[in-house]
Amino acid sequence: FGLWSTKMFQEKKRCCVKLSVHPSRGLMDEKFTVLVQNVLPGFQLTVYAFYKCEGGYSWEAFAHYTASATGAVNVSEDPSRGGTYSGVEPMGLMWSLRPVPGSKSGLRMRKMNVQTPMEVTISVYQGHLTEGFVDQVPLAAVVVERWYMAPGVRRIPITEGGLTATLFLPSGPGPFPGLLDLWGGGGKLVEYRAALLASHGIAAMALDYLTPQITKETGKMVDYEYFEAAYRVLEQHPQILGSRIAMLGLSFGTSVTLRMAVYSQVIKLRCAVCISGSHVQPIDGSHLFVFSLLSFFSNADKTRFNEEQHVIWRDLLMPIPTDASLKVDVGRLRCPLLLVVGEDDQNWPSYESAMDEMMQRAGNEHLLTVLSYPNAGHLIEPPFTPSARASAFKTISNTPQTVMVLWGGEPVAHSVAQEDSWRKTLVFLRVNLYGGSQPGAKMKNLL
Amino acid sequence: MLRHARGSLWSVYFKTRVPDHRTGLRRWSSMHRAVPPVISVTPSRALVDETFRVAVQNLPPGSPVTLHSLHRSEDEDLWEAFGHYVSDSRGTVSVADDFSFGGTYTGKEAMGLLWSMSPVPGSREGLRLRKKNVCIPQLVNISVYGGHVEEGFGERLPLASTLTERWHLGPGVRRIEISERGVRGTLFIPPGPGPFPGMLDMWGGGGGLLEYRSALLASHGYASLALEYFTAGELKSADKEFSYFETAFNIVREHPQVIPDRVGLFGLSLGSLMASYLAAESSVIEPRCCVCVSGGHLYPRGANLQQLFRAYSSHSHKLRVDEHNREIWRSINLPIPEDLSQKLDVGKINCPMLLVNGIDDQNWPTVECAEDMAHMMRAAGKEHLLTRIEYPDAGHLIEPPYSPHSRATKFIKDGVTVILLWGGQTKPHADAQEDSWRNILAFLQKHLYCTQNPKAKM
Repeated sequence: FGLWSTKMFQEKKRCCVKLSVHPSRGLMDEKFTVLVQNVLPGFQLTVYAFYKCEGGYSWEAFAHYTASATGAVNVSEDPSRGGTYSGVEPMGLMWSLRPVPGSKSGLRMRKMNVQTPMEVTISVYQGHLTEGFVDQVPLAAVVVERWYMAPGVRRIPITEGGLTATLFLPSGPGPFPGLLDLWGGGGKLVEYRAALLASHGIAAMALDYLTPQITKETGKMVDYEYFEAAYRVLEQHPQILGSRIAMLGLSFGTSVTLRMAVYSQVIKLRCAVCISGSHVQPIDGSHLFVFSLLSFFSNADKTRFNEEQHVIWRDLLMPIPTDASLKVDVGRLRCPLLLVVGEDDQNWPSYESAMDEMMQRAGNEHLLTVLSYPNAGHLIEPPFTPSARASAFKTISNTPQTVMVLWGGEPVAHSVAQEDSWRKTLVFLRVNLYGGSQPGAKMKNLL
Repeated sequence: MLRHARGSLWSVYFKTRVPDHRTGLRRWSSMHRAVPPVISVTPSRALVDETFRVAVQNLPPGSPVTLHSLHRSEDEDLWEAFGHYVSDSRGTVSVADDFSFGGTYTGKEAMGLLWSMSPVPGSREGLRLRKKNVCIPQLVNISVYGGHVEEGFGERLPLASTLTERWHLGPGVRRIEISERGVRGTLFIPPGPGPFPGMLDMWGGGGGLLEYRSALLASHGYASLALEYFTAGELKSADKEFSYFETAFNIVREHPQVIPDRVGLFGLSLGSLMASYLAAESSVIEPRCCVCVSGGHLYPRGANLQQLFRAYSSHSHKLRVDEHNREIWRSINLPIPEDLSQKLDVGKINCPMLLVNGIDDQNWPTVECAEDMAHMMRAAGKEHLLTRIEYPDAGHLIEPPYSPHSRATKFIKDGVTVILLWGGQTKPHADAQEDSWRNILAFLQKHLYCTQNPKAKM
């Protein structure tokens, strides 16, 4: 009888709890509100998020709350008293997701198929739990969809001109400003940031430049012509404004962006965004620069390791050289440039590079905006997904190896950096790509 | 296939007008500003009963523009609405905050682009917008045109356009086809372990199986069974005994994820009459509460459905038609008979009842019935169970909010297609849908979800 009445009591309690997440279908960079209602005032509960990624790994996040006098918990307003995040964190359930105990090490969450949403299950459990969620029945659970593509955004694979790329067009007739989106040294065709930019009105092309089909077939790394071909696809597209094209690069992608922005005769950028990168690279007039950059960046002597044997590569380019032939002459840039750097970047000396004085000496300092984030690491990505302080990285070389790379960054500070820098990046792009006929000046007052 | 279909929807809507490589866009862009305005709908994906904010930015200040909505229904008809606006000094228009000066709606109407939709000029007559496949969303195109445009949207290129998804089904809601114990329907279960309160959901005299309201109720936490009780268009063939409805109710009640003593009834029109019948007469089931939209209580005692329709048919000489030959059925059953044997014994009802009616209902004398029901329940000491809401200038088809209003639509009667007059004026009917749905959800929350803390917000 005791068991039966406990079950009835639990069922009765379960039936009362109302859990809602709004919006239930949102974009990846939109915030949601998680609301728990109809519990007793002072009730202790755990809000739990669960996600099974494309690789089949399970991720979880959780936080401990105490219901208010009206019997409710609002994650956006109430403080978490413990869990994978604490304090008032509206999106903590997303950015503090981590692989469940017992998972493989070195995982990094990246959505490769952007045409389907991320489906996260948000539940509420009685009491302040820290483990064993799988063995308990929650009081309530809902499913939330998180999308990289807004409705109407069109995904167009690009293979013309030997390119390995995907173009995302915003919905509508256009014409739209364009953007070339470059990731870093891991290669592959990574689409999610470009898809999100298209959801914000920018025709964005994600470009694979380290592992494209043409490199796989010929064994040769790409050169200027490859990026210029990609630029031309944007420039000549009937639904893209040829005079309003930007480039956005992260890590190695920054090296390419700066090289092209300054030295290409074909590529004329309206503005550029460079995240976690450096202008340090050998400038020798050759167009076969990708190959030479990869060699330049593989100086094994300067590789360090931390206590956990994670690879630290930031010293490879340190100290920032004074020799001008080892740096992109960014003083020659004629378009606004936004630099985003994490001060705890353990992979590239991005902060030190940003502080280098080349722009100032050339007298075009007014075109430069630097966003520098204390305790943020290397992988500054769009907000509300987890960041990894270290993860498994497969190098691009003739003998690829997988190493555990230290990216750096403290989770809370890193997530703040991602949220803030993304918002400001969108403003920067909006002002420069959608704004008046003159390219925008320094952005400080708008950001 | 679905994803591809969605991605190519733009070209489907604007087949003749998307500039292509051959003609080139340069010609167009020289006619427009170099950089187009940006239109946004937030949230871009929402449930059909959620509001959105439509905004346009990057317009020249003080520009007259037209905001336009376009939807291609599952029947391939085009529906549209539009409002005339003027951008402010910053070059923005916000539908939720600004005034529409003309179009299919006027004034400050955040959702006017949805509820004021009607079939585009040249469409077939008597159309009604109803979602059949709830597993995919309703896609609505929202565009901004230069100037105050009244017509010919199909021949113009908008300045900007975006797509928004409107869903009846929330993420994680499960859809289960039911075909057991002779009962046909579709059961929708909310996400989570449950258990959940349940609902038996019945539509009206058009018949068939319509899932959209049950899908929406499940998205609000109710395990809801959309019941089919006769084939679409074959009202005369409806021969189900009341045991059919009682079995359907029990299918919900006995589901492992449903709280057995918290199952309600929801009916519209004929479905509402069925709900009232079950609440009053069934000795087998005990509904926890009952929502009756546009229904009545006129029912010869002891009759089955076949006999009910014969009784209605015997009054058909009282049928009127208006100047457009649209049938007005409300007078068929007026005046409300005094004879108790012609009416449900509503005094026997023991559960809370919410009656929602439109005062301009031309299909059924629902307000007169509600008045009489209140009288009968008062006489039986049951008045405290009854809540009545009546809306001026609302018609018969009071549906979930923001769906377009149709004053008259096609209906298959005795195998013949006629046009029935439902009544209602567009704006008051839209207000009635929005307000009644809010009241209905609050009523269901109160009676089907317990509230331990009386101070808890609903």
